[in-house]
Amino acid sequence: MRRELASYFATPIAYVVLVIFLLEANLFAFQFGGLFERGQADLTPFFTFLPWLYLFLIPAVSMRLWAEERRNGTIELLLTQPVTMWQAVLGKFLAAWLFVGIALVLTCPIWITVAYLGRPDHGAIIAAYLGSFFVAGGFLAVGSFTSSLTKNQLIAFLLAAWACFLLLIAGYPAATDWFQTWAPQWLVAGITSLSFLTHFENIVKGVLDLRDVLYYALVTVFFLLASTVVLDARKSK
Amino acid sequence: MIKTQNLTKNYDGLLAVDDLTFTVEPGEVLGFLGPNGAGKSTTMRMLAGFITPTSGTGSICGHDIATDALAAKAALGYLPEGAPLYGEMTVGGLLDFIADLRRLEGAHRKTRLDYVISRLQLEPVIAQTIDTLSKGFKRRVGLAQAIVHDPKVLILDEPTDGLDPLQKHEVRTLIGEIAREKTIVISTHILEEVDAVCTRAIIVARGKLVADDTPAGLKARAPSGRLEDVFRAVAA
Repeated sequence: MRRELASYFATPIAYVVLVIFLLEANLFAFQFGGLFERGQADLTPFFTFLPWLYLFLIPAVSMRLWAEERRNGTIELLLTQPVTMWQAVLGKFLAAWLFVGIALVLTCPIWITVAYLGRPDHGAIIAAYLGSFFVAGGFLAVGSFTSSLTKNQLIAFLLAAWACFLLLIAGYPAATDWFQTWAPQWLVAGITSLSFLTHFENIVKGVLDLRDVLYYALVTVFFLLASTVVLDARKSK
Repeated sequence: MIKTQNLTKNYDGLLAVDDLTFTVEPGEVLGFLGPNGAGKSTTMRMLAGFITPTSGTGSICGHDIATDALAAKAALGYLPEGAPLYGEMTVGGLLDFIADLRRLEGAHRKTRLDYVISRLQLEPVIAQTIDTLSKGFKRRVGLAQAIVHDPKVLILDEPTDGLDPLQKHEVRTLIGEIAREKTIVISTHILEEVDAVCTRAIIVARGKLVADDTPAGLKARAPSGRLEDVFRAVAA
């Protein structure tokens, strides 16, 4: 895991991804989110846009996890060490998660700005940050899974972005409206409850509900297990 | 010690390794010979726990490669074909990482790291990233990571492939040096290597074992007394 984290900073990609993420985070929060115009001292615009920013940030972070190991053949070096597949999957995931955590911490100037201009609810903001960190974990696990499927990083990126997009919009009003035109109510409710967005609404408000956290934890564990299964089945391909 | 029993690997109808049974004892250096595509790497990958056998079993120091995989891997040092390494890491960083995975600790860890670094003459490149190294140095790093935990069993897949004659000689000397109390398997298609380092050789062709003898015994099979002629006769 330490190797993985160190290797993120050993390549320029990490810095490019980090800088673009921070630029866009600020752009969305201040320009489109109307952070100033709202006249409220909170970070709602920032957190509302965050899942959409994740759509680009997370796949960019996760695409290399396994695809690169396959391409370079180092997967053979790693998996012939005395570690279980689950340890390898988890170690890489944790490194990527920590990297995204650092990216999140680096957005704190937005928070400082708001704190300087008004009196935001700091507890709510901390809760929202924590929640966002859990959401990142869910996305990353999906990315780990798509990266385990291929040796091509671009394919891993696109698959992850697409899968995360589907998970996001499943709860978007436009999507649920469309589902309602043909699907029975219980199915709509089921799909909506599977969406990242539905579970993110409370987090934006700074409410860290145990059920939402549990949801993201389950998604994370599920996709990490799926990565393990895929890698076990086709590690040498 | 290495044991295999009816080890078989079937890739969607392609029989890469076909019913291979052999044993390698401590102190032996087994040359694993065969034409390209004969199943050498597949066999070694199964023993190293990277590929799952279709049927049959294998064990490293008595640890079954399927049911006791972690213990088998812990007893084994393995150099994959082409010696893949993390190119963006430094030599020191990679050896530290492997030492972590191998759970080397304290004074023992330092002794072992110092030993492999000096034995493989890696001091001058210790802070360099692996991508910047020459092929000879990369192979030495690959060997260093394989022996850093002082394994009882060593499996080296084409350890001298692509090296110049001087480097080949260095690698063979190293193998000879550590061979005494270890079980070593090296795959190669360079026949002179068998004479140089191996106490025994087996030849596989199309996944099957076709010869198992000492280098001298193999040579005696051909009227010419040349290993090359024996190889051609049994592997064709």
